[in-house]
Amino acid sequence: MNLLQQLMEKPWLTEDNTVVELRDGRTFALSREKLGLRVFLVVVMVVFSLMMAAYIERKVFSDWHSVPLPWLLWLNTVILVFSSLAMHRAWISARRTEIDGVRVWLYAGGFFALVFLIGQLLAWWELVASGYYAAVDPANAFFFMLTALHGVHLIGGLVAWWRTMAKVTRGCGVVLVRISVELCTVYWHFLLLIWLALFALMLFT
Amino acid sequence: MVDAVQDQDDFVPPAEVAEMELYHPKSWLTKYVFSQDAKVIAIQYSFTAIAIGLVALVLSWMMRLQLGFPETFSFIEAEDYYQFITMHGMIMVIYLLTALFLGGFGNYLIPLMVGARDMVFPYVNMLSYWIYLAAVLVLLASFFVPGGPTGAGWTLYPPQAILPGTPGSEGGIVLMLVSLALFIVGFTMGGLNYVVTVLQARTRGMTLMRLPLTIWGIFMATVLALLAFPALFVGAVMMTFDSLLGTSFFMPAISQFGEQLKYGGGSPILFQHLFWFFGHPEVYIVALPAFGIVSDLISVHARRHIFGYRLMVWAIVIIGALSFIVWAHHMYVSGMNPYFGFFFATTTLIIAIPTAIKVYNWVLTLWRGNIQLTVPMLFAIGFIVTFVNGGITGLFLGNVVVDVPLSDTMFVVAHFHMVMGVAPIMVVFGAIYHWFPKMTGRLMNVPMGQFHFWVTFVGAYAIFLPLHYLGFLGVPRRYYAMLDTGFIPESAQDLNAFVTVVVLIVGAAQMLFLYNIAVSMIKGKKSGPNPWRATSLEWQTPQTPPGHGNFGPTLPVVYRWAYAYGLPDATEDYVPQNLAPDQLMSDYDNSGLSHSAAQAAE
Repeated sequence: MNLLQQLMEKPWLTEDNTVVELRDGRTFALSREKLGLRVFLVVVMVVFSLMMAAYIERKVFSDWHSVPLPWLLWLNTVILVFSSLAMHRAWISARRTEIDGVRVWLYAGGFFALVFLIGQLLAWWELVASGYYAAVDPANAFFFMLTALHGVHLIGGLVAWWRTMAKVTRGCGVVLVRISVELCTVYWHFLLLIWLALFALMLFT
Repeated sequence: MVDAVQDQDDFVPPAEVAEMELYHPKSWLTKYVFSQDAKVIAIQYSFTAIAIGLVALVLSWMMRLQLGFPETFSFIEAEDYYQFITMHGMIMVIYLLTALFLGGFGNYLIPLMVGARDMVFPYVNMLSYWIYLAAVLVLLASFFVPGGPTGAGWTLYPPQAILPGTPGSEGGIVLMLVSLALFIVGFTMGGLNYVVTVLQARTRGMTLMRLPLTIWGIFMATVLALLAFPALFVGAVMMTFDSLLGTSFFMPAISQFGEQLKYGGGSPILFQHLFWFFGHPEVYIVALPAFGIVSDLISVHARRHIFGYRLMVWAIVIIGALSFIVWAHHMYVSGMNPYFGFFFATTTLIIAIPTAIKVYNWVLTLWRGNIQLTVPMLFAIGFIVTFVNGGITGLFLGNVVVDVPLSDTMFVVAHFHMVMGVAPIMVVFGAIYHWFPKMTGRLMNVPMGQFHFWVTFVGAYAIFLPLHYLGFLGVPRRYYAMLDTGFIPESAQDLNAFVTVVVLIVGAAQMLFLYNIAVSMIKGKKSGPNPWRATSLEWQTPQTPPGHGNFGPTLPVVYRWAYAYGLPDATEDYVPQNLAPDQLMSDYDNSGLSHSAAQAAE
């Protein structure tokens, strides 16, 4: 039964009772954890959308000086893609009940994410070294804020990754970690998409 | 009961639907302090919110003392006055009303009313409260830093909010912004729980359209809050950077006392957009739970099913959606394109339609109902009246041409206090009188409650009707003192003094309310499990107050909506949601059940 039909029911009619009285209470065919993550992703998406809207709103004025994006960001993007791919492989392994595959690919995913974060810091360093301080120009401030916010979300993801990793090394069965691996992977893909959107915004507009 | 149900239908999952593993507290500390039980968290939220709300109440007395009797109280300087209005507004809107409706009532009622053991992520729920408490403490800390709390007005508009000269620009504003960011992080944790619990943890038979309207109101308000608070979060983070790191997100090139400041290139209007993109939905974050709760209070205490249930649900959803496209009506005087203003005026007026539908439905629920003038009912009726009053002045202010002359006058103050101050607080009181017996097992004292209602209700009108009038005269808001102002008659000052006296009386009545709570908790009359003879699940728990896990060994199964009241054939005039049809037959020996239920629905 889709959501719209559920909202069209007439609860005051007793004839409907036989139809609906036994239905289990779920609205969507999703586990609580998966729905919880999706709701959270929507909230995060709103945060980034508003920041991007603010960026565009400011950018249309004539006194805008774009930040010269360090070439390192291209490399970081590739590393983040690797990270996402590795997490995806971990998820596939989890579905196939291969605990060794889960372990290896989880390690790889987390490792690439860490390398990405270090790469971002190096990119910051490069900008600061050439005098593009946050306080000098709104464009610089936006660059630092957007990348920092994305990085903070990735660090949050690494906390979840670390907890999953701990479960795997403790020897929890694949069945127990499957949901954690899946949630991590979805979050990783989501942050990759956010990064691609941010990067594109700063490159092309 | 459950077995009989299974016989009728094969593909129903076994007796317990999505039974969750409950966390069982092992020590006193994890049972009452770091508790993961939504009921305990709800009470922690409520007490914290009421405590900080009392601070805001005292601040409002100080403001009124200054306005009613200027140049009398030497301890209220102009700076203090600005700090009082700022903190009063912010605390009342966010730290009291939002936290109490969603963190307090949401936590207590959602699991009980949908038939769940607890929230779906209890640990995250516990974190939510502790982060909220941290936000409150950071806010309170700002009273004790050099320069005191921020005096920028609750809208915190830059550039003045962070420039020297505004009270609290030294540390107060940063603590305010940090506190808001913390509040939002904490709320998001709670909000995830409320949304997922309502969507996925309802008991068997509790379809979306059988949810009590209280749950619909809290659910939709949570959705709004999850989508709107990020705007405030973004604004707060950016302004913190402006204040601490010297960035210029919101700060234009500006000179002060002939000296060019380091800022340049920011957009103050951008902050206004972010703030009001949060700020307008915030009105409905407070109003929608009030709408939902008041619907249930009216239905229970008028012994009549809610009129137009489906339309009530849809109206809640539509109001929620519309509230995101009206925000710029708070910015008519910021110099916007007239077509832009026209668009926002139109959407603002459209939102009156679903709201009016709700008001009509409340009144039609009362119509020919068996109205019991209990204390919760008094407050519910008080809500309808004040809400209609405040709503209608909202229609004035929604029109650009009317808003521009009235903007920043006392008329605006009167309008929003009526519509989102007094009206929701009426529902808060009604709800406390209504659910207090479930939380404590005792009834609150009725004469004290009636006295509390009449003083609050009449007092609210005695306070805010004069403010409308002062607004028409052109008395501006946020002014520390009027001094010699030719266009305002001197008698306006008498009116201000009158308002101040009433404020102090109404404030005293709230102390009586707190006294009533304290006394009734210990010595109140025992209420039994269901003193109001209500149908919804929270009144059907095996223990009162509900024990750990809310319900007995099995979760209740729901057979009907929550509004089966006033059934003429039954010996009782109501049927609980979880009473099985076969039990109903044997209990009442009454073949006309479907007949009577159909009559109830007419």
